[in-house]
Amino acid sequence: MAVTKKDVEYIAELARLKFTDEELEKFTGQLNEILSYVEKLNELDTSNVEPLSHPVEGSNVFREDIVKPSIDREDALRNAPDRNELFFKVPKVIGGE
Amino acid sequence: MLPYSDQKEKLNKIKSGKLSLKENIESFLQRIEENKKLNAFNFVLDNEAKADAERIEQKIKAGKAGRLAGMVIAVKDVLSIKDKPTTCSSDILRSFTSVYTATAVQKLIDEDAIIIGKTNCDEFAMGSSNENSAFGPVLNPIDNERVPGGSSGGSAAAVAAKLCDAALGSDTGGSIRQPASFCGVYGLKPTYGRISRYGLTAFASSFDTVGAFANNVYDLSILTEVMSGKDEKDSTSSDNKIPEITNNLTADDRKFRIGIAKEYFGKGLSSEIREENKKLIKKLADSGFEIIDITLPHSEYTIAAYYILTTAEASSNLARYDGVKYGHRTKEKAPLTEMYKASRSEGFGSEVKRRIMLGTYVLSHGYYDAYYIKAQKVRRLIKNDFDEAFNKVDIILTPTTPTTAFKLGEKSSDPLEMYLNDIFTTSANLAGIPGISIPIGKDSNGLPIGTQLLAKQFDELSLLQLSYFIEQKIFT
Repeated sequence: MAVTKKDVEYIAELARLKFTDEELEKFTGQLNEILSYVEKLNELDTSNVEPLSHPVEGSNVFREDIVKPSIDREDALRNAPDRNELFFKVPKVIGGE
Repeated sequence: MLPYSDQKEKLNKIKSGKLSLKENIESFLQRIEENKKLNAFNFVLDNEAKADAERIEQKIKAGKAGRLAGMVIAVKDVLSIKDKPTTCSSDILRSFTSVYTATAVQKLIDEDAIIIGKTNCDEFAMGSSNENSAFGPVLNPIDNERVPGGSSGGSAAAVAAKLCDAALGSDTGGSIRQPASFCGVYGLKPTYGRISRYGLTAFASSFDTVGAFANNVYDLSILTEVMSGKDEKDSTSSDNKIPEITNNLTADDRKFRIGIAKEYFGKGLSSEIREENKKLIKKLADSGFEIIDITLPHSEYTIAAYYILTTAEASSNLARYDGVKYGHRTKEKAPLTEMYKASRSEGFGSEVKRRIMLGTYVLSHGYYDAYYIKAQKVRRLIKNDFDEAFNKVDIILTPTTPTTAFKLGEKSSDPLEMYLNDIFTTSANLAGIPGISIPIGKDSNGLPIGTQLLAKQFDELSLLQLSYFIEQKIFT
C-alpha cells in the first residue's frame, strides 16, 4: 500500500505540521521506503498472539484520592509564549477559520 | 588521566585531604573549555558546581556526606533540573526553563553528587549519531571526524573525554548502549520501570528508560543503585526490590550461564567486532562460565516493530508542543490551528517531523490494525523469545553495534540505514529487559568496540557482576 503525496498532506494535517512541496515529495519517498521495510512484519502469522502494550505487564496502579498541591500557577505559566496574570493566551479561535 | 580510579577512591582521597574537590571541579571546567569543539555540553553549570564543591567538601570533611559525595555528573538535556533550561536539543524548547527536578537527578543531588551541566543529544532523543541536534553535532573524542553515537552522544563523549566522572542518559532503543560502545565507556540501560521517568521528557513512554554512563563498573553500579526505586510521581516505576549491587560486585560464587544467539552474529556485523566478541567469549569459557548457544528467532523483526511502536507513541507525546503552554510560538499572525502548525513546523527538526509523520500514519484510521496492533503482537513474540532464552541462560552476550563509530554525514541522508544501526539494541527496550555495553577492545582504526550483556527483567545485579568480572579479571 504505497503512500501518495496526497496521503502525506493529509497526515501532515492530522499531525499539525506543514511542509513545502519539496519537503512533501521527500517525505513521501522516505515514508514509502520505511513502510515497505516494516511490511516485513506480515511474514509472521500473529493471529493467535495477544498484543503487548507494555513490557512489564501488571495490574493497574491506584493511589488514595487525596488532594495535594502540585505545580503552582505561576510556575505553570512561566514558560508560556503569551499569557496574562492568570491564563495562557491564544490567538482568536472564533471566526478565524 | 583522573587522579582516582572510581568514586570510592575519590571520596577517600577527599576525606584524607589528598584531593581537593574544589581543584577537581576547576580541572573539569577547564577540560570542558579546552574540549569545546566536541560540543558535548548544551549548558555548563559552572557557578553552581563550584559552590556545590565547597559545600560538599566541608560535608565530607565533617563526615556527613552522601554516597555520591563529590562525584561530578553531567545530565542529558532531556532531564529536568528545576530553574535550569531543558531544551531536548530542540528549537521548540530553546527558551524553556524547568519547573521541577527529575527524580533520577534529585536522587543524585540528595547523595551529594555535583551536577556540572546538561549534555547535547539528538533532538528529543531521536537519533543514533547525535547529528539531529539544534545545537549542532557532537564529535567523537576518539576521532573527531566520527560521530559519538546517539541519542545520548554528549553524555558518552563527556565521560570518554573525562569532562566529568559520569553522566546520565536515556535509552529508548539503544541511546545509552550504542554511544557507550562508540566512545569506549560503560553504559547501562536498566529494566523498564527500575528508575523513575518523572522529569524525563517523554519520547516513547513504554520504551523510555533513564540510565548512566561511567568509566568503570563500580561507578555505574552505585549510580544505578542510587537512582532505582518506586516513585509515586511515575506510576510505571517498579516497587521490585532494589538489590545491593556495590557490596556484591563479585562473580566468584556465580556460575553464570551465558547465552550466545546466532542471530546477533550474522551478516552485516563487522568482522573485527565479531572477532573481539568471540575472543571475549573464549576467555569467559576459559574462566569457567558455561557458554550456551541459544536462538532469538524474531530478532530480524525488532527494528520494524520498534519503529512503528515508538513513532506512534512519539507522535502522541509530542502533540503537547503546540506553542500555547510552553515552547516556541510562531511570529506569524495566524488563527489557532494555523498557529499550531506554524509553531510546530518551525520548532521541530526534520527527523522529529519524520517520526511524528510515521507515527501519525500508523495510528490513523484504516492503518491502526495493520501496523500498530501488528507491531504490538510482534513485540510479544520478541519478548517471548527472551523469556524462553532466560529459562536456559542467565545472561545473553551480543555485540552492541554492527559497526564501530561512523563518519559524520555518512548515514544522515538515509533514515532507514541510520535506523538499522540499532539492530542489536532495540530488542531490550521491546522486551523491557536491562542491558549494558562494556568496552572490550579497538578496531584497526583505534575505534572502540563494545559488548552488550542482557539479563531478564530486574536482574541488573547479574549484568553488573559479570561486567565487573570482565573489567577486573579479563581486561586487567
